Amino acid sequence: MLELHGIGYRYAGYATPVLHDIDLRLADGELVGVVGANESGKSTLCLIASGLAPGSIGGGLTGSLSIDGVDMARQPLHAFATRVGIGFQNPATQLSGVTGSVFEEVALGPMNLGLPARETVERTKAALATLGITDLAEREPRRLSGGQAQLVVIASLLSMRPAHLVLDEPTAQLDPEGTRLVAEALRELASTGTGLLVAEHKTDLLDGLCSRVIVLDAGRIVLDGAADLVLADSRLEAWGVEPPSRIRLGRALAGRGSDPSAIADAVLAR
Amino acid sequence: MPPTPSSYHRLNPLTKAVVATAGSLGAFAAGGYIGPIAIDLAMALLALRAGVLCQLGRASLLLTLPIAISVVLVSVFTRAGTTVLFVIGPFDATAEGVDFAAQTLVRLFAISLSIGLFVMTTNPRAFVFDLERRGVSPRIAFVAVATIEAVPGLVERAGVIGESQRARGLDTEGSARARLRGILPLVGPMIIGALTDVEERSLALESRAFSRPGRRHLLWAMPDRSWERWLRWLLSVGLVATAAARLAGWI
Repeated sequence: MLELHGIGYRYAGYATPVLHDIDLRLADGELVGVVGANESGKSTLCLIASGLAPGSIGGGLTGSLSIDGVDMARQPLHAFATRVGIGFQNPATQLSGVTGSVFEEVALGPMNLGLPARETVERTKAALATLGITDLAEREPRRLSGGQAQLVVIASLLSMRPAHLVLDEPTAQLDPEGTRLVAEALRELASTGTGLLVAEHKTDLLDGLCSRVIVLDAGRIVLDGAADLVLADSRLEAWGVEPPSRIRLGRALAGRGSDPSAIADAVLAR
Repeated sequence: MPPTPSSYHRLNPLTKAVVATAGSLGAFAAGGYIGPIAIDLAMALLALRAGVLCQLGRASLLLTLPIAISVVLVSVFTRAGTTVLFVIGPFDATAEGVDFAAQTLVRLFAISLSIGLFVMTTNPRAFVFDLERRGVSPRIAFVAVATIEAVPGLVERAGVIGESQRARGLDTEGSARARLRGILPLVGPMIIGALTDVEERSLALESRAFSRPGRRHLLWAMPDRSWERWLRWLLSVGLVATAAARLAGWI
């Protein structure tokens, strides 16, 4: 369980906080989406949940973060690595740039943990298998497509065996095929018990994937609930979030007097 | 590590580094013609064995040519000597100058061949990880590899920025002046982009326990046979002995 209590945060050098009074719980195996307009605080929330803010980038944090009952306030940064992993939107900058193969890239984290070579190899193979990218093991990370690279990034986090993963717009730079690959991987991960917090602009991705969705507006949680209800909320657009196509299509059809449920169900089924 | 194409490639990276160091410094320590030419021939033979002789010869010629031209011009026409070969205006070309230039050239070529052979036959990652296995800090190892590996990425980025600036009408070709004018709009975005990448990459690495203190267990060890260790010692002692003999005036 990853828990944020009364979190407020301001970046180093800034007087104004960008997050206010955030309370959030992420259970094991739960897939929670975070939506909001640009600068609503999604990325900052991801950095805090992973310990990088203020751990790596500084700034002022109020409130508390605990993971599996352990208060992380005084924990060193590397202690977060085995509890929560974070992935960003650009896979190119998350690859270490020092490895010659995908296998080495995924093995880098366990090696950093000082694990014996045998365990590193075992974890690496398992992470590649979980994401279905074992066939990429010998490929050069620099030569992968965006979708493949993002899967390698997620595998690199998985090999650290964190109980929770935080992903900040993991499909922002991916084509539809890459987005589909990542979505499948996330669903698979959640089913294995990994808690996932996914900040995304693409509500179509979150629709049908997340069990719960949180809406952020100006650094505050303005809505938190079951994905179906939140993504269909009429206030979503006012908060700068585009509802999923299924909802928009349904509304358009309803506006023309048609019964939207059949078509909407067909879209969702796809 | 990927399979390597020749037995020289498969040598321990440190052995190849010592060969390169002994070749480069040895050419200067030995002086004269025999030592540097012997090193040139030895490097050529090793390059032949590694299957990179043609590439190495071409690269070494290209690298040494600009320096060679200036060395020849300066040495031949300005070095004092008693045997004047020919005269151009106020300059005398002396046999002593030609001799000095020739000695410098064979040394330069030895350095170029030695370093070039190392670069062409050694995977930088393998070299740095081997050093890490020998006790170099993982952070230093990472910085060293990241620096080497960043070069192709920067070149690629410079190409992309250049293309996009040209698409917006920037003239980056033609006269030297036009090229010079085109540098600034390329350098700015390249540096800022690289810094942003570094920030994101450092955050990503933190999430993979990069800051954890202590040693890592590397997945592979470069082969390091006992004869290679002996060879490294032999070359190191030979280099020191040659330098000492040169200083003592014995050679």
